[in-house]
Amino acid sequence: MSERIVIDPVTRIEGHLKIEVEINNGVVTDAWSSGTLFRGIETILKGREPEEAWLLTQRLCGVCTYIHGVSSVRSVENALGLSVPQNARLVRNLLTGGLYVHDHPVHFYHLSALDWVDIVSALSASPAATESLAYSLSPNAPAIDFAATQVDLRSFVDSGKLGPFAGGYWGHSAYTLSPEENLLFAAHYLHALRQQVKAGRMHAIFGGKNPHVQSLRVGGVTCKDEITSSRISQFRNILNEMRHFIDTIYLPDVQHLATAYPDWAGIGGFKNYLAFGEFQMSDSDPGELFLPCGVIMNKNIDQIEDVMLGQINEHVQHSWYEGNTARYPQNGETVPNYTGYDTADRYSWLKAPRYNGQPMEVGPLARVLVAYGLGQPQVVAAVDQFLNAANLTIADMHSTMGRAAARAIETKVIADQMGAWLDQLKRGATAMVSTSIPATASGFGLNEAPRGALGHWINIEGGKIGNYQMVVPSTWNLGPRCASGDRGPVEEALIGTPVVDAEKPIEILRIVHSYDPCIACAVHVTDNDRDSHYIVKAV
Amino acid sequence: MADTLKKTLDPQLNRRGFIKGCTMAAAALGLSETMVPKLVEAATSAQRPPVVWLHFQECTGCTETLLRASHPDLARLLLDVISLDYHETVMAAAGHQAEQLLHDTIKNHEGKFLLIVEGGIPLAEDGIYCKIAGKTAKDILAEVAPKSAAVIAIGACAAFGGIQAAKPNPTGAVGVRDLVTDKPVINISGCPFNPISLLGTILHYLTFNRLPELDSLGRPLFAYGRRIHDHCERRAHFDEGRFVEQFGDDFHKQGYCLYKVGCKGPETFANCPSVRFNNVDVWPVSVGHGCVGCTEPNFWDTMTPFYDRLPNVSIPATGIVEDADSVGRKVLGVTAAAIGIHAAVGVGKRLVKGKGKSEE
Ligand code: SF4
Repeated sequence: MSERIVIDPVTRIEGHLKIEVEINNGVVTDAWSSGTLFRGIETILKGREPEEAWLLTQRLCGVCTYIHGVSSVRSVENALGLSVPQNARLVRNLLTGGLYVHDHPVHFYHLSALDWVDIVSALSASPAATESLAYSLSPNAPAIDFAATQVDLRSFVDSGKLGPFAGGYWGHSAYTLSPEENLLFAAHYLHALRQQVKAGRMHAIFGGKNPHVQSLRVGGVTCKDEITSSRISQFRNILNEMRHFIDTIYLPDVQHLATAYPDWAGIGGFKNYLAFGEFQMSDSDPGELFLPCGVIMNKNIDQIEDVMLGQINEHVQHSWYEGNTARYPQNGETVPNYTGYDTADRYSWLKAPRYNGQPMEVGPLARVLVAYGLGQPQVVAAVDQFLNAANLTIADMHSTMGRAAARAIETKVIADQMGAWLDQLKRGATAMVSTSIPATASGFGLNEAPRGALGHWINIEGGKIGNYQMVVPSTWNLGPRCASGDRGPVEEALIGTPVVDAEKPIEILRIVHSYDPCIACAVHVTDNDRDSHYIVKAV
Repeated sequence: MADTLKKTLDPQLNRRGFIKGCTMAAAALGLSETMVPKLVEAATSAQRPPVVWLHFQECTGCTETLLRASHPDLARLLLDVISLDYHETVMAAAGHQAEQLLHDTIKNHEGKFLLIVEGGIPLAEDGIYCKIAGKTAKDILAEVAPKSAAVIAIGACAAFGGIQAAKPNPTGAVGVRDLVTDKPVINISGCPFNPISLLGTILHYLTFNRLPELDSLGRPLFAYGRRIHDHCERRAHFDEGRFVEQFGDDFHKQGYCLYKVGCKGPETFANCPSVRFNNVDVWPVSVGHGCVGCTEPNFWDTMTPFYDRLPNVSIPATGIVEDADSVGRKVLGVTAAAIGIHAAVGVGKRLVKGKGKSEE
């Protein structure tokens, strides 16, 4: 029997997303991903000053704050042929690194963990047994009072006001952790909530505030005077505390989750990956990157290809935009044309970017696999160690669990590298070059947001912004079908997923959340009685 | 003071950051320190008033700001102060269950729950640009707001429409006050707002059972009653006529006033210079960048170009009133622009190759 279910809003993501799947005999056989929000930022940018574009584009996303700012600044610098001074490059690396160290743990604990952790079950755990479990998983972890956490949770539940924990799929058979494991993760959920407050401070130190830093500028950064010994050591203290958190809590937790849910190393994978690479390592060669760029097709990590930007086209055949011509972003158009939600025709505000005609996954897994395939030493070491500890192979990485693993692995690799950038900062050194905007120029800024490869393309006309287009990670991952009808990555990753209870499709949430969607919406399940030949259920 | 508090209050509360938080909030609210125990009591009354937080056209930066709150942090805020019954970014429930929670909260706590709105509301073409669970943002707001006790419009978007409302406002975005007229609406503006302004408002509400006093734009006076420029650490430079002429120049290195490179502090009302951000004693001007005026209505249009000086500001040392006509971009000597545009950049040890030959 075939049925369709719709999840709208999908919660615990950034933005508004709706997921529809077709289920046959308990297995997903088709899927549609629909972004239900449009803000029109490209249109708003037209005619404005190229130098201030970054302040606007940063507001694309407050979760991956900063990153759209730096992409924009880079696109203008690229148009002007500028390179920035060493201190600016290092501060930008530290801000990008700070973003990863903040954002990835938040995704694991606060956006995705509740798909794996049954909060209600934690109430029946033995705090003493939880403590020994915690010690066996990570002997050097900071001490956590599990009994107190349980008391907090119990009084929370007893008050009848469950707040954000209300309405979860608690008790679902897909939750297979023991009460002690659940209590451990619940306690770490709260611990990580406090830890991320501190992580955000790294951004504030050189950015003036977080979210939405205010120290960027075409040509460099404005925070030169804040590069002092006391600010550097303040930054380093937080960084070291975060590294301890990553090594003793975050990574062991992800490893443990991978061991506890071995099936999920075989579910929800995709095959093609794209990474632009990030973290400039040299002032003279912008191409020398800490995490390299590359393209992987059909899971073949032994053959990593160069990225050819000209191979990128954005399709709009199934999106609510005018026309159906696939375009290179520099010549892109964003002319909205809402025609109603129709999975057979147009059904999303997201465009469908393709590389060489193929859908590509971007994000932590793409970066880690590209770096691993190219032999980036820190990544190779961290991946091998993880796989060993979790009893997995590199082939298992093409999966839902692989995405969680890649996120934790790269957080460690990046955090471990950040101290070196702090060491290289030179107090008093220049952090900006002056600029002047020409009448006509064009450029692009590439980057890796925590969620994946990010590109901004700018055309300057008459000294103002003539055209501005952005291809963002969640468009790659969660975009709809392209002109030839091929599904986007998340749509394809959902195919073949077993769904035990169509009323509570937790399996679908696990896969969708593993992409860390950033659409500034949420998913709710709704009725859909348009297709009479399907039995449609509201989940 | 701190000693008195420690004696009168449960040490447990102190550990949880309430005393510090309430002391900070009392200061921000302009209340006497003797009010602190009252604030603490209200914050920890175990009543935990229900809060519904709706997301419309936004970037989730305001939710991230909530996450960054300390004294108390979000964990304590959730466990002890409020009952966050609907918030799409953090809630466990999804889809149907999420919708159900929203309906239940509205029904069971009609007239009692606090509604916090993050994001603008698009009105163009019947609101098709933002739909959640098949309903437009406009319809959801019209359904939920009348049943709330009061509405807090959080951040620039909910307060005044925000970035999507910038010209030409393609989606017809507006703020909450444009739509909700039969309920008190309090604007906690800023892009994003400062957590202390939200906490102060909530504590005020819990302690006195009413909203704090507002300015003509609906913003709480305790947070938006002072001009940035009047509390800025660079003000002495402004008064003496010492200005940064262009970013990166010697004056910039000296920490001079940023007015000439576009600082909007003279026309912006907010508490940034005094309460600062993220507990590390920073704000935009302290990192060498002008204020962009993000707490003011439609600042994306009224405060731009961000790097041009505000017209009609009187400079004390010279008495000169700059008028709009003299505002012009300085031509800065740089050769970089003359360098050819390369669409091909190396990335990694490998190469991201550009599009066509014409651009190579
Ligand atoms: S113009 Fe800006 S930098 Fe100068 S004193 Fe006023 S607020 Fe401070």
